[in-house]
Amino acid sequence: MNKLENVPALIEGMAHELREIIRQTGRGNPAMVGIHTGGVWVAALLHNQLGISDPLASLDISFYRDDFTRIGMNPVVRPSKLPFSIDNRHIILVDDVLHTGRTIRAAMNELFDYGRPASILLATLVERDGRELPIQANVSGTHAGLNAGEHIKLHGPDPLVLEIRTSP
Amino acid sequence: MTSQNLQIGADGRLRHFLSIRGLNYQLLTDILDTAESFSGVTEQSIKKVPLLRGKTIVNLFFEASTRTRTTFELAAKRLSADVLNINITQSATIKGESLLDTLRNLEAMHVDMFVIRHADSGAAHFIAGNTAPHISVINAGDGRHSHPTQAMLDMFTIRRIKGPDFGRLRVAIVGDILHSRVARSQIHALNLLNTGEVRIVAPRTLIPAHAEALGAQVFHDLHAGIKDADIIIMLRLQRERMQGALLPSEHEYYELFGLTEKKLASASPDVTIMHPGPINRGVEMDSEVADGPRSVILEQVTHGIAVRMAVMSMAMHHQEDSRE
Repeated sequence: MNKLENVPALIEGMAHELREIIRQTGRGNPAMVGIHTGGVWVAALLHNQLGISDPLASLDISFYRDDFTRIGMNPVVRPSKLPFSIDNRHIILVDDVLHTGRTIRAAMNELFDYGRPASILLATLVERDGRELPIQANVSGTHAGLNAGEHIKLHGPDPLVLEIRTSP
Repeated sequence: MTSQNLQIGADGRLRHFLSIRGLNYQLLTDILDTAESFSGVTEQSIKKVPLLRGKTIVNLFFEASTRTRTTFELAAKRLSADVLNINITQSATIKGESLLDTLRNLEAMHVDMFVIRHADSGAAHFIAGNTAPHISVINAGDGRHSHPTQAMLDMFTIRRIKGPDFGRLRVAIVGDILHSRVARSQIHALNLLNTGEVRIVAPRTLIPAHAEALGAQVFHDLHAGIKDADIIIMLRLQRERMQGALLPSEHEYYELFGLTEKKLASASPDVTIMHPGPINRGVEMDSEVADGPRSVILEQVTHGIAVRMAVMSMAMHHQEDSRE
């Protein structure tokens, strides 16, 4: 077991980068959407640091997974909460770990069932190798170079701690 | 085979959904939690999730039903499944095709799930026991036996209004318990969810002989039966089944067991009134009660969609395993 880096500092770095992108691209008044569960924890801090006016939205992508018929329903599915219209909004989508890209694909599919956003930025705390889809983060807190069989997991919500595990 | 091992797969998850009996607290809670998540789908501008895309669900109704069939159909469509509605009373059986032949033909069309409503008790179990291994069966009401999705949408409604702790609730089920598959399923579900007090209230002729063994207190007087009740579930008087000497008259039934604002005074002040529909106004209850602020009859209908989405998606997942 190996604990990794200072998560609050990584999130502060992400907030800084996001502010820059928002300024450069003129995407004023963005709204933020976190993906359950870790993504919502990270998004809560980012949401606060960026001073976003709309409440934080959350997505549970269980109903949009592409492996449902293989592994079945996640026994704990939390309702997605998007307490505002996403039509024509600039969305910042937040997750904890970007790995295969399948979660992000599912999340974007779900977002588009709620409306048509003007744009989506992807911010992830960690991005690691292993992409299976052409999806990249606009902002990521850190890159994790993991060996085969290693996994990275965010524990939280307080404190937020990243942990690298080796599967047996 | 018992209903328990038919309904639950080796992994402890739902395989078919045939009756509340044989399930457990955890599974019931999982169904309610999953339904809670699905209820958010109606807030999407596209009221659909892609979970069962490419699956084919057959509504196989051997008995007339509007509400149950349409909410099953809507639930399947909101899960992106394809739906086939087959009304058997007008179809194959008239031409003399046997039930098993009908099933074999539908199986040959590569369908994935049967939703069954049948006038004979045990029909859904029979079909679950005789269908191809990759097909799931959902019971949409069989004879006097069971109507488990109705019971679950009622539990969902109760939990939404009164919170998750059923231990402090007094629930009175009033009406024709004898013929009611809904009542049987409700009593089992209420007991599995550890409801404080489950009461059944009906004339002696409309209560089954073994009623107390179901796990409910029996009352023959409405006033005593609904005293301090938090939930009153009124059952439909099944006029078509009232041949013989079960009831003197509908009017007398209404006088004794029909719910009116006046009679409600003995219930808890924040009592909630439920009814599985369709209502016989002026028989089971007054319009004043049915349309009043304590009635959640239309919420029940709405909740039926989310609950049926939950049950169908939970029973569907096992399929890839059984095909291998």
